[in-house]
Amino acid sequence: MSKVLMKGNEAVGAAAIAAGCRYFFGYPITPQSEVPEYLSRELPKVGGVFVQAESEVAAINMVYGAAGAGGRVLTSSSSPGIALKQEGISYLAGAELPCVIVDMMRGGPGLGSIQPSQTDYFLATRGGGNGDYRLLVLAPSDVQELVDLIMLGFDLADEYRNPVMVLGDGMIGQMMEPVEFKEDLKREAPEKPWATTGTKGARKPNIINSLYLEAELLEEHNHHLQAKYEKMREKEVRVETYNIEDADLVFAAYGTTARIVKTAIAKLEEEGYKVGLIRPITLFPYPYDAFKNINPNCKGILTVEMNAGQMLDDVKIAVEGKIPTHFYGRTGGMVPGPAEIADKAREILGGGR
Amino acid sequence: MEERIIIAGFGGQGVMAIGQMLTYAGMIEGRKVSWLPSYGPEMRGGTANCNVIISDKPVGSPLVEEATSVIILNKPSLDKFEGNVVKGGNLFINTSLIDRKSTRDDINVYYIPANDIATELGNPKVTNMVMLGAYLEVTKVVSLESIYEAYGKVFGESKLHLLPINKEAMERGAKLVREQIKVNA
Amino acid sequence: MAVIFQKTRGLTDVPTHYCPGCTHGIIHRLVAECLEELGVLDDAIGVAPVGCSVMAYKYFNCDMHEAAHGRAPAVATGIKRVRPDNFVFTYQGDGDLASIGTAEIVHAAHRGEKISTIFVNNAIYGMTGGQMAPTTLVGQKTTTSPYGRDKETQGSPIRMSELLATIEGAAFVERVAVDTPANIRKAKKAIKECFQVQIDRKGFGIVEVLSTCPTNWGLTPPEALKWLEKNMMPYYPLGNFKRPEEVK
Repeated sequence: MSKVLMKGNEAVGAAAIAAGCRYFFGYPITPQSEVPEYLSRELPKVGGVFVQAESEVAAINMVYGAAGAGGRVLTSSSSPGIALKQEGISYLAGAELPCVIVDMMRGGPGLGSIQPSQTDYFLATRGGGNGDYRLLVLAPSDVQELVDLIMLGFDLADEYRNPVMVLGDGMIGQMMEPVEFKEDLKREAPEKPWATTGTKGARKPNIINSLYLEAELLEEHNHHLQAKYEKMREKEVRVETYNIEDADLVFAAYGTTARIVKTAIAKLEEEGYKVGLIRPITLFPYPYDAFKNINPNCKGILTVEMNAGQMLDDVKIAVEGKIPTHFYGRTGGMVPGPAEIADKAREILGGGR
Repeated sequence: MEERIIIAGFGGQGVMAIGQMLTYAGMIEGRKVSWLPSYGPEMRGGTANCNVIISDKPVGSPLVEEATSVIILNKPSLDKFEGNVVKGGNLFINTSLIDRKSTRDDINVYYIPANDIATELGNPKVTNMVMLGAYLEVTKVVSLESIYEAYGKVFGESKLHLLPINKEAMERGAKLVREQIKVNA
Repeated sequence: MAVIFQKTRGLTDVPTHYCPGCTHGIIHRLVAECLEELGVLDDAIGVAPVGCSVMAYKYFNCDMHEAAHGRAPAVATGIKRVRPDNFVFTYQGDGDLASIGTAEIVHAAHRGEKISTIFVNNAIYGMTGGQMAPTTLVGQKTTTSPYGRDKETQGSPIRMSELLATIEGAAFVERVAVDTPANIRKAKKAIKECFQVQIDRKGFGIVEVLSTCPTNWGLTPPEALKWLEKNMMPYYPLGNFKRPEEVK
């Protein structure tokens, strides 16, 4: 298939349709409103359903209903709206319902700004709602990867019966890049014998539920969920690494920040510095093991994020205190430039080329 | 080769559109491209801008800090982005709306009365195309054929009947900078 | 021997957890009988709320979803949009529907969702132990209105049927009570008509059922039925507020 130039937010919608998603429930919020705009236009053409809900709270609960009834379903929002969706996300995780949730992050806290940020890392990877649950969290770095991960996300959601969050930001949502829709990623949703479709008098009722009033049963359910998350940790880690085995400094960055870091790396390499990159593609499960391959004599790991240091916690867990960790971040919707990132790297590396 | 472009002006002057045309044309020619808009309240009446990268290598940061070319359609944008042009880079100024000269002496500056030319052509909406024509004449980053193909992609098949006047606007912009290049030589 | 009565197939054999004298049991049975009699039981997907009827998913003999507090109409919207040919209903109490879930019920009605809602109004929060509901009457004592509901600071009880009847997308709105055999028969008739509206795809339908809570009202079951008639009915008049116009 030939390449088309698409805005990230529109690519989300196109990828969802290509992945067989036919249901979208959402509420407008900058910088992701092109997602509902695109799907309100395109879903009816393929016999799908678009509903603009009265709130993000209602939207995510519509997702809960639609997913429970067996639909391949998407919702999208940006940080304050994702905060509102946490109630439903916890219920989806508890009732083990598949869906894809897109978060095009913006600056916070509160109403914050509408400019790009990565301040929902904790919310996404630690569970923003109540209870011990995990989402599969995918972090695309460019629009093509956004398309690929949205399509993969639907498959993973169905495979694990778990909500998947695609964590982007205002930049990837708003920017245009060429994309290609890869045929091999298209898969039909599997049979869902657990879904509510009406008993037809032929089976016992199916019940979509996260309530267990007996503590023993709820603990058992939690053990089951934890075993599932463990399986994700074993099978679903995705990471890109560059030159980490003999770098004097390794960057850790994800999403759009990682591509800005790549430009900084090119600058530093021109100057003769040996630098590498670990770019987690899955934020849960986190690629802790990738850090074991870092040059043990490297001077440090520089985590770069558009927040005050959230993924930094996972980097610290990964290196177990064996390698010094450094941080460079911009907040409030400010996007770090390659020059300032390179400056910080030079500061850590000193004269050591 | 990597061309990093900032295009800036008032919302409604078509700065986003010519950025998309360049990006599309770059893609048609098999280059790596990205288009990044400013977004938010400034789109409604304030200053709008977009960053375009056309490169032989995969695009890293889509954000343009060190621009090889800057295309400016209004005065606030000149004040904001004049400093972003790299030494030896190009700055295109719409003199119809900007009454000051560039203060830089280490870059190539082109002065184009784009609104006046568009008005002469009978369609003030093609101001952006005059600037685009001037830019392409100087940089030759993509071919005119690719730009014409991109026009249909950006504006849709229904606007193809307006392609001739847009071509004319681009040609006028190109002609003007050819003369300026001659004078400077 | 001829069968002269048997339990509806619309209910499971699970014993309910409701208090003695609570009218939830009656309302469950009416809903289940209507599902069975209209022939939609095997296509039905119900949504249980948070509140006393939180475990309704165990009692109705059809596919069920348990919803977050107040969100049943949103969940039902999601189900119905995926399964437009199935029969979808919500069963909600007054805290669920008239307090935390007002946005969801108003907008489900507003969109004219082809779903049916059973709204059980007993003027109190039962499950959590007798706190004030949005439908608690002025002067009524609850654990969070220990001096009686004060209109000045706590507002007047909200009349949801009257409110919803003003919404274009609501096709059927009726208030009934289950305090006497005659009223129970009327209630069943209303529920059946409401369900038929969904089957005919005419829009959103709701039946508000005035109900009792002997436990938290601090009354015996017979006293509670009298209290309902004497105190609730004057404020919450029974009757139909809206039904689809007859096609002439």
